[in-house]
Amino acid sequence: MSNFFTKSDLTRQDADKVVSDTLNNCDDGELYLEESKSESIVLDDNKIKSSNYSSDLGFGFRAISNEVVAYSYSNEISKDSLKNSSENIKSTLKSIKGTYNHEIPKSNKKFYEDINPIEQKSLESKLKVLNKVNDFLRKKDGSVKQVTASFAGEQKSIEIIRSGGEALTDVRPLIRFNVSVMLEKNGRKETGVYGIGGRQSYDDYLKNDNWKNVCEEAFRIASVNLESKPAPAGEMKVVLGPGWPAILIHEAIGHGLEGDFNRKKTSAFHDLIGEKVASKGVTIVDDGTIDNRRGSLTIDDEGTPTERTVLIENGILKNFMQDRHNARLMNTRSTGSGRRENYRHIVLPRMRNTMMLSGNQTQDEMIKSVDKGIFAVSFGGGQVDITSGKFVFNCTEAYEINNGKIGYPIKGATLIGDGPSILKEVSMVGNDMMLDPGIGTCGKAGQGVPVGVAQPSILIDKMTVGGTKL
Amino acid sequence: MVKDQEFLKSKASYCLDLAKKMGATDASVTVGHSISETVNFRNKSLEASDRSDGLALSIETYLGKRRSSISSSNLLDENIKTLIEKCFETTKITPEDEFNSLPDKNLLAKQISSLNLYDETRFENDKKIKYLKDLEESASSNNQIINTESSFTENKSNFILANSDGFCDGYKTSSFATSCVTVAKDENSMERDYEFSSKRHLSDIKQAADLGNKAAKQTIRKLSPKKIGSEKINIIFDKRISKGMLSVFASAISASAIARGTSFLKDKIDQQVFANSINVIDKPDIIKGMGSQNFDSEGVNSNTLQLIENGILKNYFVDTYNGKKLNLQSNGRSGGTTNLYFENGNIRYEDLLKKNSKSLYITETIGHGSNLVTGDYSVGATGFLVEEGEFKYPVNEITIAGNFKDMFKNITLANDLEFEYSVNSPTMMIEGMTVAGK
Repeated sequence: MSNFFTKSDLTRQDADKVVSDTLNNCDDGELYLEESKSESIVLDDNKIKSSNYSSDLGFGFRAISNEVVAYSYSNEISKDSLKNSSENIKSTLKSIKGTYNHEIPKSNKKFYEDINPIEQKSLESKLKVLNKVNDFLRKKDGSVKQVTASFAGEQKSIEIIRSGGEALTDVRPLIRFNVSVMLEKNGRKETGVYGIGGRQSYDDYLKNDNWKNVCEEAFRIASVNLESKPAPAGEMKVVLGPGWPAILIHEAIGHGLEGDFNRKKTSAFHDLIGEKVASKGVTIVDDGTIDNRRGSLTIDDEGTPTERTVLIENGILKNFMQDRHNARLMNTRSTGSGRRENYRHIVLPRMRNTMMLSGNQTQDEMIKSVDKGIFAVSFGGGQVDITSGKFVFNCTEAYEINNGKIGYPIKGATLIGDGPSILKEVSMVGNDMMLDPGIGTCGKAGQGVPVGVAQPSILIDKMTVGGTKL
Repeated sequence: MVKDQEFLKSKASYCLDLAKKMGATDASVTVGHSISETVNFRNKSLEASDRSDGLALSIETYLGKRRSSISSSNLLDENIKTLIEKCFETTKITPEDEFNSLPDKNLLAKQISSLNLYDETRFENDKKIKYLKDLEESASSNNQIINTESSFTENKSNFILANSDGFCDGYKTSSFATSCVTVAKDENSMERDYEFSSKRHLSDIKQAADLGNKAAKQTIRKLSPKKIGSEKINIIFDKRISKGMLSVFASAISASAIARGTSFLKDKIDQQVFANSINVIDKPDIIKGMGSQNFDSEGVNSNTLQLIENGILKNYFVDTYNGKKLNLQSNGRSGGTTNLYFENGNIRYEDLLKKNSKSLYITETIGHGSNLVTGDYSVGATGFLVEEGEFKYPVNEITIAGNFKDMFKNITLANDLEFEYSVNSPTMMIEGMTVAGK
């Protein structure tokens, strides 16, 4: 646990006093202190291309009254700097008065351990794994022309000081291991990428030579793509595989259910609570409480313990995801979804691990039921326009389906759909729910936060596939 | 106030001295300070204010051909010392890489000319509030607009780049940026669009009322969109999208992508990659330019580069490390492009719209559908159907797809280039792409 007051002229008592004085006439707010240590080690083109270590320290001071949020941050933790921030905040809120809400729920549960993954594995042994990855892939097949492998590790310590002196703390480990391989055969080049990670030590993920599985999977995806043909263009049936393809849920539904867009009525879902927004059998939750997952948090960045929030239950829209600010303005409670990338950013309601739960059909049944369509196994990124509800995502591994049978692989194509109606097009829900491998980062308002997704195989009756073959 | 050159220089030399003392054969350091203040408005009232004040330090230490780096926001001498020790310890066990080195001394920038990138004007938050009030007043004057959000950000930065070969320079920059996002609604749909302005000098920022008006107009015209059928079609890219083609091109000709062999433009120097009417230039010394620089992130002098001349690829963007790999000299592009643009075409915008009896005019794309290895392109899109030069109706929930290798050779540019951003393009037409819709 970091002690933010040992190397500064600012004492804990000083900080408490400034926080209480500043927030006295506000509805909410806090002083958020953060120290992070991170590393990134990259092997590329047969060499260790970079090894970077970074340490970051700073605070973000937030005050909220009515609908107005005043925020000020600095990476200098000192008396002067906190005073400047306080004055800046006060000047914004000078004419708006509020009543501070001291209530914040408590929980003793923790979803990961206080470890520093960077220190738990020596640099030498990390370099060794990266070199083994490179040798393994290059020896595996003559078509391997480029290998990139990387480790990224982080430990973030936070402390939230609220008016009245209440303090909440969390220590968050996060790691990621990634392999990308490019193959070249008959003049064609294709890449395959695969990664794993979460809030544990590197060795929890790399035990039993698990790095080999990551290499094999990246190689397999690239090999499939070497044989790919142009993707079809137009509306058709789409079968999504389990796990990572749930970024469809994240983009199509998740963002539209974040509290801020609904308070502002800019989300297509803002007036649909209690309404049917998905086929029967579709249940979607956002869960911050799964042990060691990338999107899990013991407390959110406002200090609220996270929870499992039911968003859609058997097709009916139940809840939005809330931070304290939007919850207060919408007369509801925070769902522990208030997150920020780091102390430089304001809190926004964000997703954690967004999951569609299993139904009772099989992937086989889905494929057999499709005359003409595609089977999408893996995706790159996605994006959504909250207001129109239109969302896209890019296939990185997909196949044509003809007469109930999986056909040839198709080139990367964008799929586009309409968020509010797509879940009504879900006609089968599989019994094979799977979590993603722990690689997702969600971007919103310029802030990236780690997230997870999960889903079973699903059949969507109608989506537009953005290929080139008419 | 943003920290002055003397403060940053003293931190930089402290780092270099320390690294040398520990035994580093070479070192380079960047120290920067940046202050920005943002005011956000929503539906004509104040929504948020945000002040940021950030120091940043990054150091690279070398031991012969071994290299590693650290970065931090904590500039206390004691912390710097711990970090440099850690950095140097890491350097010792990092394997050698023959291409690791500081830039060649004779390529380092010598004379720094003023590009007028700093405007010291303070635009107090009260003035930002006044500007945003005017902006949202005009943005919401049409009753189809149901939500407006806008912001104004003022930024002042300063930095010093120093290395153990004696390079030590830096300069202040400023930026003023404002944007407006509007949501419009009718009985069939809800749509969003935006407009923004970003400049080095406050006096060059667009008028608040004009900006608000334009955002509202662009949003309202998107209402009640239709989906069109799947077909081969000629696509016209609005300027705000066509400049994105340049960003893809820039990534594909970065020395790093070329050296790794992961670009569809590898080995294409002196070959035709664009239509023969196309010229692409990267010019670092535009006065007040958003992408202007005196030297790149390694201190290397950067000159104007012609990347494409009459459709032929002439240069890559080269930094020191990848340059050594490719046996090319750095051209001062470590850190990327400067002010990148397509030269004007020779057809008027109106004539481009009329060139075909039917085309699809794209105003927004979503998704990350550019594959730099294969050149395949497929993204979600929003726009308008244009017939006989007239905008007929808005279109959405479609995708457009093609391959850059073909697309680049089928580009026709209008003559409406403006230098608004760091990447600029005239309106662009590409023939023979595929739209997927119904």
